[in-house]
Amino acid sequence: MVDEAEYTLDIKEILSASVESRLNKISLEEFHERIVRSGLTRSLIEEVSKIKKEPEWMLRLRLKALELFEKIPTPSWLPEMVKEVNLGEMKYYVKPSIQKTSNWSDIPPEVRKYYDALGIPESEKRYLGGLVAQLESEPIYERVKEELKAKKVIMTSMETAVQKYPDIVKEYYTKIFPISDHKFAALHGALSSGGVFVYVPKGVKVQAPVEGFFFIGTEGEGQFEHTLLIADEGSYIHFIEGCAAPRLSSSSFHDGMVELYAKDNSYIKFTTVQNWSKDVINFNNKRAWADRNSTVEWVEGSLGAKLSLVYPSTILRGENASSTSMVVTMASENTWKDSGSKMIHAAPRTRSRVVSKNIGFMGGVNVYRGLIRVNKGAYQSKAHVQCDSLMLDGTSKAHTYPHNQVFEEDADVAHEAHTIRMNEDQLFYIMSRGLSESEARSMLVLGFMDEIMRELPFEYAALLNKVVKLELDKMGSVA
Amino acid sequence: MNTLEIIDLKVSVDNKEIIKGINMKIREGEIHTVMGPNGSGKTSLSLAIMGHPKYKIVSGKIILNGEDITNLPPDEKAKKGIFLAFQNPIEISGVKFSALLVASYNRIVNPSMQPSELFRNIREVIKKIGISESMLSRGIHEGFSGGEKKRAEVMQMLLLKPKIAILDEPDSGVDVDGLRAIGDAINKLNAENRTAFLIITHYRRILEYVKSTNVHVLINGKIAASGGSELAKLIDEKGYEWIEKMYKK
Repeated sequence: MVDEAEYTLDIKEILSASVESRLNKISLEEFHERIVRSGLTRSLIEEVSKIKKEPEWMLRLRLKALELFEKIPTPSWLPEMVKEVNLGEMKYYVKPSIQKTSNWSDIPPEVRKYYDALGIPESEKRYLGGLVAQLESEPIYERVKEELKAKKVIMTSMETAVQKYPDIVKEYYTKIFPISDHKFAALHGALSSGGVFVYVPKGVKVQAPVEGFFFIGTEGEGQFEHTLLIADEGSYIHFIEGCAAPRLSSSSFHDGMVELYAKDNSYIKFTTVQNWSKDVINFNNKRAWADRNSTVEWVEGSLGAKLSLVYPSTILRGENASSTSMVVTMASENTWKDSGSKMIHAAPRTRSRVVSKNIGFMGGVNVYRGLIRVNKGAYQSKAHVQCDSLMLDGTSKAHTYPHNQVFEEDADVAHEAHTIRMNEDQLFYIMSRGLSESEARSMLVLGFMDEIMRELPFEYAALLNKVVKLELDKMGSVA
Repeated sequence: MNTLEIIDLKVSVDNKEIIKGINMKIREGEIHTVMGPNGSGKTSLSLAIMGHPKYKIVSGKIILNGEDITNLPPDEKAKKGIFLAFQNPIEISGVKFSALLVASYNRIVNPSMQPSELFRNIREVIKKIGISESMLSRGIHEGFSGGEKKRAEVMQMLLLKPKIAILDEPDSGVDVDGLRAIGDAINKLNAENRTAFLIITHYRRILEYVKSTNVHVLINGKIAASGGSELAKLIDEKGYEWIEKMYKK
């Protein structure tokens, strides 16, 4: 049967030819109270920790992380672009002068306009159960709806959580993603600031999604937010992570971390809408653990940034746990998108599914690096990986490096990969039906992404569609 | 009165001349048929009129109602009321057939129609042409049989109600029921909308259902003979050879 609601989404998006221009760059410096920069040293870390009034254990963890950062070598497989990050001379901590508030009208209009332009207050009002919005290194806005509070759901900035819920933070913080994992995980551990802490109590189902929104407005900045989400037994939550940055004159660096803990019978959906400007080098360290009968779903639209390295991973550690990862990346001129998921099957009858879709044009590079591991004892497990590449011209590149480590004979592990080249005849066919060349191209690209886009709430899918069209417009006309 | 004029049209593909000077005048309500042996340039003619970038118009003009549309992009031509039903419509998986129908209807016919009303129209033409509604939610032509593709093309024609419809071999690869449905669609649009047709046919089966007002025989990129429906009958009996011989003289 025909589902009309579904079509109206397509029509609106495909036909709205006018696309707002990118946000103009303004200086946010006047809203910065404190920028700590002077080389990455022990005293810098101590100062950040002091500003945050952190407990002793947190400072010790930071200093340990700094030590590790200095010891661990830079991974050898990283693309050249990563060298653009000047780790010795970065704004490691940029504290906004705006007091954290739960009222948008408290936020100066010069800053608020960014959030308005991106529709954040609007989607909060219509849609979200809670929102934490971060500017530079600290959250400036935090509000959770009453119904969530009534159910004893905790959603707050990491700073507040460290003060108010130290025991639970201490128990989970960097547990599944140890700071020793790699050099940038260590750097994150040393400089971590901001991010969201969420705890969903046993049996509580949070129907409205909650969002953490992260904005970088300063060039040469490092943003190191940490999001920690614990879904207790039988609970349900959908967390949306939004990322944006206007154009900056030199590269900023994002090195965030996300840790998800899905307890028995719980469900976590974690959606990322990443639209950094082309000046951002994006590392995101994402890992989940999934206990018995739980489900972890990663959905990621990684459309922005110059270089992006994101590998949402799940450790399926309880029997019958399942996880999916759906990632769409887009790489155009001078951009490199490195993604891929790791699914570690560590318990019997666990299931995973990975769908990776990448779009390349104007010399963009997309890389998939994935791992499916089925441990001894994880019998009757199933994993399926699908990697699709859409090449819009002859200059873009797509590389796929799937990796399987299977130690149970009855594991069912499958991988499929397709490369699709957009061709002249497809464009001509759609154009002969009255759509312009750029509309036809958008239609082909959005169609390719559809399987993942439909996982996103409407507002977010619409935003990403717009971004896609803006990017595609750069291709110009072939004719 | 809608009129499509093709004036001394020359078309080349990869620098090889395929259409070598064609003249044709198609008036409102007329049904022109282009016949000809394989490789005579029939499909090239249809793609060149619609504006496929590979089919380069080297010289000559295409005039619609007095306006020169020779070098307009395909979408502009479509918006002016020209429709092409492809001989082998390409498969585009990922883009829903319904999304294309909605987008093209909004572009060509009416940008502000309510979705519910639009879907009523779509259902109506689907029923008329005899395809299943489930095809709408598939990718464009994804998994369609040869016959289904032909019907789907003609279904779009019914939906978009063009002024000039170019149908490239609507009769090859369809069963008898399909052929009748396609013939009915042509006759209906011709009668109700005064749509003019340029029907390219290889096997002439469509002429059992549709009365052609003008018949052209295309040989080696040129029109070798033009006439009424009696010309089609002659070709049916004698084939193309005699025209070729006559033409060479």
